[in-house]
Amino acid sequence: MTVLRHLRNTKGPMSIKFSQEQLNKVQEVIARYPEGKQKSALIPLLHMAQDTFGGWLDAPVMDYVAELLHILPIEVYEVATFYSMFNTKPVGKYLLEVCRTGPCMLNGSDEIIEYIKSKLGINEGETTPDGLFTLKPAECLGACGYAPMMQLGNNFREHLTKEKVDALISELTAKAGN
Amino acid sequence: MKLLLQNAHIEGIRFYDAYRKNGGYQSVEKAFKMSTDAIVEEVKKSGLRGRGGAGFPTGMKWSFLAKPEGVPRHLVCNADESEPGTFKDRYLMEFLPHLLIEGLIVSSYALGSNATYIYIRGEYAWITDILEHAIAEAKQNGWLGKNILGSGFDCEIYVHRGAGAYICGEETALIESLEGKRGNPRLKPPFPAIQGVWMRPTVVNNVETLAAIVPIINMGGEEYAKIGVGRSTGTKLLSVCGNVNKPGVYEIDMTISVEEFIYSDKYCGGIPNGKRLKACIPGGSSVPIVPANLLFKTAKGETRMMNYESLSDGGFATGTMMGSGGFIVLDEDQCVVRHTMTLARFYNHESCGQCSPCREGTGWMYKILKNIENGQGKLSDIDLLWDIQRRIEGNTICPLGDAAAWPVAAAIRHFRDEFEWHVLNPEESQRRNYGIAHYADPLPMVGVV
Ligand SMILES: Cc1cc2nc3c(=O)[nH]c(=O)nc-3n(C[C@H](O)[C@H](O)[C@H](O)COP(=O)(O)O)c2cc1C
Ligand code: SF4
Ligand code: FES
Repeated sequence: MTVLRHLRNTKGPMSIKFSQEQLNKVQEVIARYPEGKQKSALIPLLHMAQDTFGGWLDAPVMDYVAELLHILPIEVYEVATFYSMFNTKPVGKYLLEVCRTGPCMLNGSDEIIEYIKSKLGINEGETTPDGLFTLKPAECLGACGYAPMMQLGNNFREHLTKEKVDALISELTAKAGN
Repeated sequence: MKLLLQNAHIEGIRFYDAYRKNGGYQSVEKAFKMSTDAIVEEVKKSGLRGRGGAGFPTGMKWSFLAKPEGVPRHLVCNADESEPGTFKDRYLMEFLPHLLIEGLIVSSYALGSNATYIYIRGEYAWITDILEHAIAEAKQNGWLGKNILGSGFDCEIYVHRGAGAYICGEETALIESLEGKRGNPRLKPPFPAIQGVWMRPTVVNNVETLAAIVPIINMGGEEYAKIGVGRSTGTKLLSVCGNVNKPGVYEIDMTISVEEFIYSDKYCGGIPNGKRLKACIPGGSSVPIVPANLLFKTAKGETRMMNYESLSDGGFATGTMMGSGGFIVLDEDQCVVRHTMTLARFYNHESCGQCSPCREGTGWMYKILKNIENGQGKLSDIDLLWDIQRRIEGNTICPLGDAAAWPVAAAIRHFRDEFEWHVLNPEESQRRNYGIAHYADPLPMVGVV
């Protein structure tokens, strides 16, 4: 696994530990499943961990989750590598996931992807040198009628145009500067 | 006729007060006065068929649920919705979360599920919040928790967010994922109704199926069955995308024609920019594409209607399927090769990798289609594609293999000359999409409502 520490969003080495509030949440999530079936909480916990520890799942982060659930690290790795929302490599502060499947393609997703590529000077799967943006082509995200679209964090940006992409990138760049 | 979305535009309907004021949760009051068997009976009488894609009768599925003494049972709502073209469940959950919760409470009661899970695709993060809010509201108002309405029935509903895997929509993969594992489908039998999540008897149903339980209980199964035609009872949600004037989610009662659905201003509103219709994939990316000249009439020459039977009339030779209701429309300028290539890439990306025909075959199909699309194909590649898809279909653990094979097969069956044109005109096919008129709808549409 390539580890590019400079892309991490935090300064200096980060301690891998949830806050007390998060640990309470962990217990609440585990309690949703029958006793002894705490492994069911794995995907919810990986979401929490990824959101908390820099937007991707480094091996020590996965080990920590394994510890919390009393399961083997390998059980976490095999799950983390199966699901496309889990990043096992560092990503930029803003992950732009543009859908390119059929229905979006019919409405111009290819042009949007090309435009983002040339605007940011990166290829699919790459991160800008300042660590701000990663472009990741995605498969159907359930917004086909509102195409072209992208996922950004917990939300969708729909009916994309070049102008909207410009505005979004300026907005995010400004936000990151503060 | 609308049974699910009729209140979708009422201000504040997403929240409990407005929902309750407009008749919400009445089906729970009614159901709790009925025996659980009587509820299953009503669902059987309604003729409701699963809205997740396969169209299996819901009442029958419920009656298969094993009920061994002392073993908990679970209802799991399939909100994984990842079939390209499909976004109807999202609409329902986003705007009418309480309708789903209401349906889940009645269904949980009927099936004896004290802990019910909504497995939602990971990308619908904000909908997870909407659902959790609705669940909290329902609980505050006594519709969830212990001893609901003094019935002695306890029920909790939990939202479980996935993390991006189409295959987790397949019910046994969903169960594996809910157990915190990779989404590898299980071999059946045992069926989930006998051994599902945590080896307990489990029913998995689609969001729309479970929402439809509400009107079924409110109006009675027999009344519900009167809506629609034949074995296509009740209403169906369709999500429309691609080249139409009004993409979005529509509820229909399955008695309108395909032509009306596409051209009427009440629904899709026709094709933008005065273009003609080239082809349509009416039930999500897995179902066969149909060229316009076969779309409006069945093999028997009858008007093709928007229902299960009529859409599949003629088999795969001239028909298609209702599927998940993801209605994809291609105008005359769209390239079928390119569209099919994106679907092949999708299935290759989403194959779980357990069976060789699917794992390898989807990759080969994608590569070959990419070559043809990029002007590097050979004529023999078309036969090779046909051969590969034929060897995947029916030879895999789960139906994803078939779902990957059918779009390729249908594209070659109906648009072979378009593939050939790509091979024979490699340079031109790079410069423009291939829109040839003879597939397109031959008549300008007049006189359609
Ligand atoms: C590859 C694959 C993906 C599927 N995706 C979904 C899905 O996203 N949502 C869904 O409800 N059913 C999906 N299904 C169908 C489910 O396996 C199952 O039949 C359905 O949830 C049953 O619910 P129903 O009877 O209410 O339709 C999928 C099936 C396959 C083979
Ligand atoms: S058909 Fe494909 S997705 Fe289904 S189990 Fe086999 S490899 Fe996995
Ligand atoms: S095809 Fe892009 S969201 Fe469905």
